[in-house]
Amino acid sequence: MSEHVVPFKIYAVIFATLLLLTLVTVDVATYNFGMMNIYVALAVATTKATLVILYFMHVRYAPALVAVFAAAGFVWLLLLLTFALSDFLTRGWIVGFMG
Amino acid sequence: MADHAQAEPHTLAPHQQHQFETMEQQQETSTLGMWAFLVTEVMFFGGLFGAYTVYRYLYPQAFSAASHHLNYIIGAINTGVLIGSSMTMALAVRAAQLGNRRSQVVFLLLTIVLGSTFLGIKVVEYHDKFVHHLVPGANFRFEGPRESQIFFSLYFAMTGMHAVHMIIGIGMLSTLTVLAWRGNFSSQYYTPVELGGLYWHFVDIVWIYLFPLLYLIRGG
Repeated sequence: MSEHVVPFKIYAVIFATLLLLTLVTVDVATYNFGMMNIYVALAVATTKATLVILYFMHVRYAPALVAVFAAAGFVWLLLLLTFALSDFLTRGWIVGFMG
Repeated sequence: MADHAQAEPHTLAPHQQHQFETMEQQQETSTLGMWAFLVTEVMFFGGLFGAYTVYRYLYPQAFSAASHHLNYIIGAINTGVLIGSSMTMALAVRAAQLGNRRSQVVFLLLTIVLGSTFLGIKVVEYHDKFVHHLVPGANFRFEGPRESQIFFSLYFAMTGMHAVHMIIGIGMLSTLTVLAWRGNFSSQYYTPVELGGLYWHFVDIVWIYLFPLLYLIRGG
């Protein structure tokens, strides 16, 4: 089979990075950055997820069409969250006008 | 045109289906199909994450107060266990690619052990919630905002659905282990192991998001 065989070393580095980022996300949560906490937590989680998708799930070595499928799933999820929040986050804005 | 089929009777590799030109094309088709399924899984969990987003926005204090009742050290350990199982799964696929039957079986078994460890730790956590009356319903007792019950409803729905996926995954891994043990896979054909790996890593990704969102709500 011509599919790329990922060297053990790369898997080991990714594994170590994922564990390290888990410690980072736990440590960061002990500080109070207010609203920034959730963004930091999501940024770390997304970094971890991206590493898993690219290397463990071989998307980096797969045909581009596979990457398009993978990205589509998360883009549509982002749409769901964006439209839900564009409703809830803006509800207070018109209270002043509507009384 | 009619005799086109007879014109090129290409010989098929042992596991090659007749509609595919090459084993590589067959493998890529399967991978794409698996990703199409995983996209529906993203959407499925997306509904839960959507509900979580809205309620956390509406009741931040209740979510923060409730989250303090989850043991984040146990959660972090479980995250490590699950990432470890993803690592052994990746190595099982690699062993299959290299046609190494023995290490393939060993890594698949290790993945099952780590996956079961995760579920075992989850059972201890769930038991703790029952003992402390933190399970939504008639016996829910919580000193704090009443919307905390929404947090625990989402906690059980999300980690519960994740656990169901883990249980299905362990069943799948058990089947793969038997097939690998029987020598069904080779460096020419290991598609089931590859696709099983995709599923297992996806379940890992769901947890990668669940852990900080449920266990690590501090401050804001």
